Amino acid sequence: MSKKKVKKLIDEKDVRHDGRKLNELRHIKIEVGALGNADGSAYVEHGKNKILAAVYGPKEVHPKHLALPDRTLLRCRYHMAPFSVQERKSPAPSRREKELSKVIREAFEPSVFTEYYPKTSIDIFIEVLQADGGTRCAGITAASLALADAGIPLRDLVSACAAGKVEGRLVLDLTDVEDKEGEADLPLAYMSNLNAITLLQMDGMLTSEEFEQAINLAVEGCKQIYQLQKEALKDKYVEVKEAIEKEAEEQ
Amino acid sequence: MTSPVVARVKQKRIAQLISLGKRLDERGLTDYREAQVEVGVIEKAEGSARVRLGRTEVLVGIKIEIGEPFSDVPNKGVLTVNAELVPLASPTFESGPPNENAIELARVVDRGIRESEAIDIEKLCIEPGKKVFIVFVDVYVLNYDGNLIDASALAALAALLNTKVFNYEVKEGEVQIKPGYKSLPILNYPIAVTFAKINDKLVVDPWLEEEQVMEARLTMTIEKDGKICALQKGGDGYFRIQQILEAAKIARQKAAELRKLVVKK
Repeated sequence: MSKKKVKKLIDEKDVRHDGRKLNELRHIKIEVGALGNADGSAYVEHGKNKILAAVYGPKEVHPKHLALPDRTLLRCRYHMAPFSVQERKSPAPSRREKELSKVIREAFEPSVFTEYYPKTSIDIFIEVLQADGGTRCAGITAASLALADAGIPLRDLVSACAAGKVEGRLVLDLTDVEDKEGEADLPLAYMSNLNAITLLQMDGMLTSEEFEQAINLAVEGCKQIYQLQKEALKDKYVEVKEAIEKEAEEQ
Repeated sequence: MTSPVVARVKQKRIAQLISLGKRLDERGLTDYREAQVEVGVIEKAEGSARVRLGRTEVLVGIKIEIGEPFSDVPNKGVLTVNAELVPLASPTFESGPPNENAIELARVVDRGIRESEAIDIEKLCIEPGKKVFIVFVDVYVLNYDGNLIDASALAALAALLNTKVFNYEVKEGEVQIKPGYKSLPILNYPIAVTFAKINDKLVVDPWLEEEQVMEARLTMTIEKDGKICALQKGGDGYFRIQQILEAAKIARQKAAELRKLVVKK
């Protein structure tokens, strides 16, 4: 039998292993427009997660037969770098990555005005450079900003974070150890202005009451991330505006 | 996978009826199609079950082999779920490696079994760190008429309950198979319940044409005590919080009903 973990993840004062409160998000740093070639891009640090997202499109579809007559073809690739985790991950897309690529794409379908660009494709690339629990959520947070940065009309930004259960307590934004040692993990993506849940997954065990609380907790987390996303977007375009004004003055 | 074509006029009819609380095949919004479960249909497999959900038909075979455990859990057996969308099941299925739909199907079935701890995998350890039983759950879709997840999860559970593990003894580090069998140690009975959102209403067990019309899909897997053990949202649309909480209530009832088909007390 394996040894019981001695170290507790939540202490008597409700402080988590990384010093956070139960309903507290990790520190989030967002940079919009992090890459040169992409039509839109964003870099997100969510705790120890480091994630790059890039968007190319709307553009011609390759291969052509995949093009849709009435809307854009939204495609997504979620991928983890081999060095992003403790033990090297093979760079070939795993089953997990394929599933996540699918659910992330589906999380963006309600956000993008896909009917504006028939017969084109919009490709979303999410690269996890370092992973520490909650990469799909941080990836969505980044990719939504990359879509906005690409100038693609959106109904709303999509924000994502997880809630879960660790040592019998409901917590927000699980780290990798909390996910592995904990009893449940519920990642959720949310459009704050439209009050719409666009991604929902869960593994673990929750009673109906816990489930309701966990959903509300995750939604609250998403709302906080939404504010950070808006600020990050504004920051970039304030910089752009200032640069233009400065140039105009110099002339 | 391209999706089967449903005429616009029929799509409209399906959606209109649902907003009136009716369905094209005359079911109520929270009714399942007729479900049939047959077990032990493949003698060479250690366990098997065939489930029919209306015209949807899924066969699950269980094979058990001896292999190495994962290094982080040396005292536990291994569970592997794979799904094949066999080309004979639908004109829209193609041969080749599993596509994202097949992978999602397998992973949702897997999540229900794993998270509810349906199999007592600690009892599947032969020699810690060296030899354990590997349980292969292979989902074989034979006829596709919608709601593959629920049919597959039900068939997987029925097959696991029907599974026999061969007796063995360890002699000088070698595993020798002895005559006779034991049942697989089962601790829980997870049941998947899938909803489609059509015209902003929830319907249970969507058939193929409803799946073509649906805005989004939500699967909830419920374990024996009514707790939720797995969730998966699919499809291009979204859900409201209230809809998800309503779905959780319905799912608990429906899971209890379906469970009676495979768990005979």
